[in-house]
Amino acid sequence: MNAFHPSTQWPLSKLVAVALLGGAVFTTTLGLPAIAHAESEHVELLNVSYDPTREFYREYNELFADHWQQARGQTVSVRQSHGGSGSQGRAVVDGIDADVVTLALAYDIDALHDRAELIPADWQSRLPYNSSPYTSTIVLLVRDGNPKNIQGWEDLARDDVDVITPNPKTSGGARWNFLALWGYGLEQFDGDEQQTFDFVQQVFENVPVLDSGARGATNTFVQRRLGDVLLAWENEAILSVEQLGKGDFEIVVPEQSILAEPPVAVVDANVDRKGTREAAEAYLEYLYSEEAQQLAAKHYYRPRSEDVLAEHIDAFPSLELFTIDDVFGGWQSAQARFFNDGGVFDEILEAINAQ
Amino acid sequence: MSITLAKRRVIPGFGLTMGFTLLYMGLVFLIPVGAFLLYTTTMSWETFWSAITQRQVVASYKLSFGGSLIAATINLVFGALVAWVLVRYRFPGRRVVDALVDLPFALPTAVAGIALVTLYASTGWVGQYLEIFGIRVAYTQLGVVVALTYIGLPFVVRTVQPVLEDLEAEWEEASASLGAGRLTTLRRVIFPALLPALLTGYALAFARALGEYGSVVFISGNLPFRTEITPLLIVSKAEQYDYHGAAAIGTVMLLAAFSMLLVINGLQWWAGRRHA
Repeated sequence: MNAFHPSTQWPLSKLVAVALLGGAVFTTTLGLPAIAHAESEHVELLNVSYDPTREFYREYNELFADHWQQARGQTVSVRQSHGGSGSQGRAVVDGIDADVVTLALAYDIDALHDRAELIPADWQSRLPYNSSPYTSTIVLLVRDGNPKNIQGWEDLARDDVDVITPNPKTSGGARWNFLALWGYGLEQFDGDEQQTFDFVQQVFENVPVLDSGARGATNTFVQRRLGDVLLAWENEAILSVEQLGKGDFEIVVPEQSILAEPPVAVVDANVDRKGTREAAEAYLEYLYSEEAQQLAAKHYYRPRSEDVLAEHIDAFPSLELFTIDDVFGGWQSAQARFFNDGGVFDEILEAINAQ
Repeated sequence: MSITLAKRRVIPGFGLTMGFTLLYMGLVFLIPVGAFLLYTTTMSWETFWSAITQRQVVASYKLSFGGSLIAATINLVFGALVAWVLVRYRFPGRRVVDALVDLPFALPTAVAGIALVTLYASTGWVGQYLEIFGIRVAYTQLGVVVALTYIGLPFVVRTVQPVLEDLEAEWEEASASLGAGRLTTLRRVIFPALLPALLTGYALAFARALGEYGSVVFISGNLPFRTEITPLLIVSKAEQYDYHGAAAIGTVMLLAAFSMLLVINGLQWWAGRRHA
């Protein structure tokens, strides 16, 4: 209950959230008891992140703790919270005491400014590379031997192919998937919106299940053996190949895809109240260090550092990457056009249903 | 009025217990539901109406209410059967079966959902054989009904069981000795006695199914217009910060469920009077 402060801001929306989500909200907040205020010798941080970063941040937290111990003589312990990027962002807006957020897309962090004034509007320019210390892209994961012979985005529209992707309404990863698909369509059809719409609609006709998050979709594909191809974060795809089922899957890298930039931010309102700003800022800045970049590469995120990327070039095949800013004019406009109620994604669902 | 009431009570403590009841109900039920209904009233009628009549939302009502009705009906028939077997027959393992009936109460619904989808997916133990006959359960509307049936099972059994235990076998013997056949006994003696309990169990199973979320999202596939239940839609609206839309749909669910329960309770009252 400590994460709620009913007297300050958003009391009504909180009440409603409680009324609507009841148990769900309670379990989330109860699982994350209030963090003690920073002491001179010990500091605790809460990192609210999205689904596929579990393994990376578990190791990074130890790395940072060592670094901070040496640099400041202060012990630091970092708590982690993972879930769908959108719901994690909403939980912070609704009052979870996050010191830093490391989410799947800038739109979910924008909400911290737009809905609760927890961070300034220009948060994304505070750290290098759009506040994204590592990047990823969207690739295709297929079954061993590629039985359906899937070579690129165009094959996803074939009638005999079942495609697994989560719901863009609830999953950050799924929004990257959708935009990668749309970007390919625009390129393929020389910017013809109607043809692109039809193409994306054909792909979504092949989707038998819409999980709410990226991990759920990976499980559907890997554990339930449903579908012929999974649209996945590159790091999730490599993880599936390396760890979940060696020899069961193959990665197909399309000729072009979207540059996914999962950003990070310090939650100003929370760190100032708790007195953890110094450690929280250092926690994010250290993500750009050589050691952290190596760790990111180890967990299959594409490092920003050219040198580190060059070392791991075998793991990250080069492909043509387009950015959301270039093709869609940034997250705010992409969200409004494609994913809000009545947007393009809803139109596609309507069109599929009308058949 | 409280004074006159209090005067007539033999057992003391009415004021205290009533006060506690109101406080308790207020904290855990009335305030959350009240706040939520109040929030709905901040919307204009047009916003409310367009939120609850989107085609995707209407499709989800059909699945949620239809699926819950089917699941409650299945539970009505088979729950009564299970209660009958447990009360009227003695067999080895009866107590184990009796305890198993309560399992859907205790098992986290997510566990139930994952277990069901593991069984019924086309690679699962049961699913692979159903697939031969062209029956698909996981990721279809049938899967939603299976999950709702599972979580509703205990309600009919547990409401019918005590009534059946009180219903002495002598009644049936008396009925038979007066010349009634087995069907007549069932129709004229046993069924009317059980009807109120059956209806209560039905109402509870229905209400439980309507609000179920955890197990269904794993087995349904969550496809808009096809396998998306209303509670999931509410969660997904809330996740997009569309609290208005979520509250509007929640209000519809609340009112519809309340009126259906009212009708079932009315039926039950009528059946109870008729039997008496």
